[in-house]
Amino acid sequence: MPKRNYVLVCGGTGCESSKADQIFRNLKIACTEQGITDEVQVVKTGCFGFCEQGPIVKVLPDETFYVKVTPEDAEEIITEHLVKGRKVSRLEYDTKGSTKNAKVDDIQFYQKQFRIVLRNCGVIDPENIDEYIARDGYAAVEKVLFEMSPDDVIQELKKAQLRGRGGAGFPTWLKWSFTKDVEESEKYVVCNADEGDPGAYMDRSTLEGDPHSILEAMTIAGRTCGASRGYIYIRAEYPLAIKRLKIAMQQAREYGLLGDNILGSDFSFDIEIRLGAGAFVCGEETALLASIEGERGMPRPRPPFPAVKGVWNKPTVINNVETWANIPVIILKGGDWFSKIGTEDSKGTKVFALTGKISNSGLVEVPMGTTLREIIYDIGGGIANGKKFKAVQTGGPSGGVITADYLDTPIDYGTLTSLGSMMGSGGMIIMDEDDCIVDVTKFYLGFSVEESCGKCSPCRIGGRSLYNILDRITKGEGEMADIGKMKDIGLAMKKASLCGLGQTAPNPILSTLNYFEDEYLAHIKDKRCPAGTCKELISFHILADKCIGCTACARKCPTGAITGERRQVHRIDPDLCIKCGVCLETCKFDAVFVR
Amino acid sequence: MNSTVTLTIDNQTVTVEKGKTILDAAMQIGIDIPHLCKDDRLTPTGACRLCLVEVEGRPKLQTSCSTPAEPGMVVHSETPEIRKLRKTVLELTIAEHRLSCTTCDKDGDCLLQDYAYRYHINEHKYPSLEHKVTTMNYTAREKAFVYDPSKCIRCGRCVKICAEVQGIHAITFMKRSYEVMVTTGFNEPLKTTVCETCGQCVGTCPTGALYPKAAKQKGRAKDLEKIRTTCVYCGVGCQLDLNISRKTGELVMVSTEPGSIPNDGNTCVKGRFGYDFVHSPKRLTKPLIKEQGKFREAEWDEALDLVARRFTELRSEFGPHALAGFTSARATNEENYVIQKFVRSAMGTNNIDHCARLCHASTVTGLARAFGSGAMTNSIKEIKQAEVIFVIGSNTTENHPVIGITIRQAADSGSSTVIVADPRKISLTSNAAIHLQHRPGTDTALINAMIHVILEEGLEDRGFIEERTEGFDEMAETLASHTPEFAEKICGVPAEDIRRAARIFAGAETASIIYSMGITQHTTGTDNVLALANLALLTGNVGKMNAGVNPLRGQNNVQGACDMGGLPDVYSGYQKVADPSAREKFSRAWGVELPEEPGLTVVEIMNQASEGTMKGLLIVGENPMLSDPDITHVEQGLRNLDFLVVQDLFLTETAELADVVLPAASFAEKEGTFTNTERRVQRVRKAVTAPGEARLDWEIICDLSRRMGYDMHYASAEEIMEEIAFLTPIYGGIFYDRLEKVGLQWPCRDRNHPGTPYLHKDRFSRPNGKGKFHPVTYIQPREMPDEEYPLILTTGRMLQHWHTGTMTRKSIVLDDLVPHGALELHPEDAEARGIVRGDTVAVSSRRGMIHVPVNITEKVRKGTVFMAFHFHEHPANALTIAALDPIAKIPEFKACAVKVESFAEKE
Repeated sequence: MPKRNYVLVCGGTGCESSKADQIFRNLKIACTEQGITDEVQVVKTGCFGFCEQGPIVKVLPDETFYVKVTPEDAEEIITEHLVKGRKVSRLEYDTKGSTKNAKVDDIQFYQKQFRIVLRNCGVIDPENIDEYIARDGYAAVEKVLFEMSPDDVIQELKKAQLRGRGGAGFPTWLKWSFTKDVEESEKYVVCNADEGDPGAYMDRSTLEGDPHSILEAMTIAGRTCGASRGYIYIRAEYPLAIKRLKIAMQQAREYGLLGDNILGSDFSFDIEIRLGAGAFVCGEETALLASIEGERGMPRPRPPFPAVKGVWNKPTVINNVETWANIPVIILKGGDWFSKIGTEDSKGTKVFALTGKISNSGLVEVPMGTTLREIIYDIGGGIANGKKFKAVQTGGPSGGVITADYLDTPIDYGTLTSLGSMMGSGGMIIMDEDDCIVDVTKFYLGFSVEESCGKCSPCRIGGRSLYNILDRITKGEGEMADIGKMKDIGLAMKKASLCGLGQTAPNPILSTLNYFEDEYLAHIKDKRCPAGTCKELISFHILADKCIGCTACARKCPTGAITGERRQVHRIDPDLCIKCGVCLETCKFDAVFVR
Repeated sequence: MNSTVTLTIDNQTVTVEKGKTILDAAMQIGIDIPHLCKDDRLTPTGACRLCLVEVEGRPKLQTSCSTPAEPGMVVHSETPEIRKLRKTVLELTIAEHRLSCTTCDKDGDCLLQDYAYRYHINEHKYPSLEHKVTTMNYTAREKAFVYDPSKCIRCGRCVKICAEVQGIHAITFMKRSYEVMVTTGFNEPLKTTVCETCGQCVGTCPTGALYPKAAKQKGRAKDLEKIRTTCVYCGVGCQLDLNISRKTGELVMVSTEPGSIPNDGNTCVKGRFGYDFVHSPKRLTKPLIKEQGKFREAEWDEALDLVARRFTELRSEFGPHALAGFTSARATNEENYVIQKFVRSAMGTNNIDHCARLCHASTVTGLARAFGSGAMTNSIKEIKQAEVIFVIGSNTTENHPVIGITIRQAADSGSSTVIVADPRKISLTSNAAIHLQHRPGTDTALINAMIHVILEEGLEDRGFIEERTEGFDEMAETLASHTPEFAEKICGVPAEDIRRAARIFAGAETASIIYSMGITQHTTGTDNVLALANLALLTGNVGKMNAGVNPLRGQNNVQGACDMGGLPDVYSGYQKVADPSAREKFSRAWGVELPEEPGLTVVEIMNQASEGTMKGLLIVGENPMLSDPDITHVEQGLRNLDFLVVQDLFLTETAELADVVLPAASFAEKEGTFTNTERRVQRVRKAVTAPGEARLDWEIICDLSRRMGYDMHYASAEEIMEEIAFLTPIYGGIFYDRLEKVGLQWPCRDRNHPGTPYLHKDRFSRPNGKGKFHPVTYIQPREMPDEEYPLILTTGRMLQHWHTGTMTRKSIVLDDLVPHGALELHPEDAEARGIVRGDTVAVSSRRGMIHVPVNITEKVRKGTVFMAFHFHEHPANALTIAALDPIAKIPEFKACAVKVESFAEKE
């Protein structure tokens, strides 16, 4: 029996960590207290994507969109909205005047999005297989089992021109056909869910919000390529996704959608979860395979490629979560339909994790070819706090920066690479005028250096050397020769490293050297940090004409560096100052300034 | 299908085997692409990134070490771009490496140094990222080698060789990124891990990061000269390079070279770290003459005159057959040949034998009967190519370590199925598909049951049986009652396991049987060997590549000592003493009338000595006081002799009993050849000078012979080999100039013969060319456990020591690894006797009693105990029985009855 109303609560990790689970329970309690459990169903869904505004509660069928809900608000939503029919307007999303009582469609954040991968996220209860099935779930696997030959599936993928969403963009159909064509009785299907880029969480959200889509897609690949076993390699830091995957696998087995003789056919396929221990490099496919085998996660040289020699030296199809999530839709709607979305170079959509100095951080799925400006300004709502856009880092720590000059570039695999960055897994980190490009670059490089497995020398030693050079530059100890050295090392890493991690680790340096060389020169030659963030290059001072001697800064200063009598001009002792910036934040009279 | 690939590298065309890499192809035409992490024994690593090349049509540079050569490929190995990249990568590598070339032992043999020079790198381009010099790492407590992380370039060769070649996985990388370092699991000291101290890691290290501890500061690589020789330990015959200091003339360390045959650069802990004995201060440097029970030093003339006089006197008084000689499986072929010639010509008796009697006499008798020739049918490299490897009575990884690791590799890679039959849970059982843990001495029952299953299920090779064998029906008839259930009762192995093993064995296209002394050292030794021969004949697994019956010979040159006629019944090349034409041939060649009747065997000589009919004995390089069964009896025999001469490196337990001791040169001090277990005749080369007045065995014997009236003169070992080749058909083509790079496998009949990798290809070497089945029935060991002596003692050897320990006990590394012996006792047997860990126990048999520390372990089965016989402090052979196989006269070392008591109780 359909209910009168459905109350959807975001159950993604982001909202859960903001007490979404408590909201969910409170909503249910309130329904019980109000005696409306027969009419109203409270559902915990996957991520809505609009994480900036979480926790989110959505009421159907009227599509009321409540944001920043707290557990205390739950009772009011039920008693007011669902019992009395009065929306809780203080919780509704504020469209800044364009519409009152905004529905999802009215929200700019969603307007330019097109959801294929995230189609079920925030829509269904990921822990209930029936809801997935109700949205055409497992229809694709049925079609593949009973209406399509393996070659048909490959043809469909070829028509779709789907490329791997893990970052490298290798044509998926080609990868599958390599594995399909190897004569070998034992083959494997692997889902790479070792999402590790800082700030990227599209894979996690997909697994949390729509786990069955991955199981279904892997089963399709198993059928197509002749594999009967699959592994989902997922980082142990994703407990919610793991839990939902396990529930999904259990339900799929109960429904005969996983295991022996799927849907009564002669095809058997099952999946096992392997947990990663948090090494970023294990997202690299050969390192991931080594880790599945119980070896230390270190990349192996290719060839042989996993498609021919993968897990246990057997042919293995390995795809990233987002790639998998596209598969059932392509099977059902057809490759032609899919290939109409996107650009010449890249078809379909791409999910980006929009973070940094942006108003609307969150997960956004847009057709390939959407411009950066549309994403940052239309969807993302522009730069937070009215600051000025400086650059966007795409492709995570191994990507590069793109400056304002290129904001109108339609994004696809090719354009991003030609701008010196890359698609990567889809991280998109916005920087504003307060960000020092050298410091930010050091941060990204530091991540890659720490996560290097240490196997190949360019990455192990080159990365560390680059980091040390950057560190010196941010401390005002840079030399002009450093620019050349960084370019030499960066090039050696890019060309000579064994795996993608090392090959792309110098990208932030190479691209920022390209676009922001003057900022490097300011650090090296003038010993100055234009953004005012590199501590060794800045000093805090008090303007005598503005200081009224209120003593607020002196009281907050953790090191006692600020002295001065009450109502007298204060002074900062540079030897004691640790440049924490508390005085700057504390002063109400703009008397503290940074030089 | 085309099995070769033609490609172009730097405008040169090259054709290589399919599957070879671009780097292989480049090296083939002399293009030296730099590489630090490549070792041909390992799967490609791709870590050092120096071997990157440009392949036309591929967007990215490719590591030539891992990229397969493909037809039509166009490769550029050193474009300006690549040169620049290499330079940067090298400069980075150097930034991490501690630049201590001036004091580094590896100076002159370091790949990093070579490439840094070649690419004109600027050592100080990038700020140093040198790691701290620290000895506090996993090798801190090692005596064998040390790891210096500041010189390590993290190429991973050590980690990979430990895993892929040695199959041990003792070391790994820890941490990540710039902090990555080699260590053991959980960073434990190496000693507490599964490490076998093979030093393969040291051998493959391209820099000085892993280096033999004892070699440090003894000479830089460029001060050392490498002399290729053959290892003096087991029968594998590893090719080793003795590294000799040009300044001091001392042996500094041992290294190996990948690609060498038969060991491909691999060797074991003894081969790499067991050579301290060469320069041991305990070496004999002067002849010793015993007077009033005490030795005094003597001049050579005096000592040799005395020996010649006493032997001559005894010969005239008691006849030539009151004299005997033990030749040595440790000595060269040339020396063995000279010694047997001396015994036969100068002493005038065929009483010549040696320790082969104690290890593989039953192989010689058994396989000669079944196939016509008693040696390994196949080559070492064929073993791992067999579909099924059946290891029975061979603790291969400990006693033939380099063959052991090839079996491990075959099992680990899944290319072969391994079946192990052994009373103990030896290391290979962990690689085996089935372990048949049978009781000691029940091998025939086990093998017969396998044959029974094969016949019952019709798995035999009928075609082979009909075409190439005889005696099948007689053999088959006797087997009706030998069911697996019958065998289960005798062997203690589940019948179903026997069935499975039989099916696996018979189902293979190629099955190789590997056996050693677990088969031979029984009163049924010959029967055991015949049973295995039956199994091979039955399934057609002999006379072809990769399949056969492969006895692993123990001593470095036990094969050669037999080949050279160090046996009472044959001259060199197994030409029978009893055959008048052979005798005639040797008489004429040697210019002396030769005795007709075959002589006595080792144990028979000992028996006659204790009975008083044997009067004079010459022992060359043997130590029966530890190696022979029932040593109380041995000692009594040796003391009973009128005159005993011992020629050895050290004053061994046996030499102590001698009247005259003659100091001999070690293998490192002489030219010659050893014949390894796969019948490969390999060169031994002089690398150091013998200490004091120690002399070559053959020179000593020639001098002695002349003094006894039989003139023997040779200018060199090479000249002796020429005589051997002339008189010995199977060695007919063995000449030193042909052995320079790689040894030759006999039969090698003439100068142009390429040698014989596997035997019995189209016909067996029996007179009618057929293989012969022999009916074999189960006979229990001579001494079975009873109430008084309820346990079965089985003896053997261990990885770290060699035989009577004369050499290995003097090695700092080896004696540190295993300083004493131990009795392996099953926990239930221990509990029943109130014996706990750390106890010393009294072990006694009807022949003797010893005290020995106990090792309570499930490695042995309940009711069985095991001891190695290396240790003079607690000699296992005080307990063993001198019961003999009636045909081979080999003693039953592998089974006797003992009791074990807590030592305290005994006191």
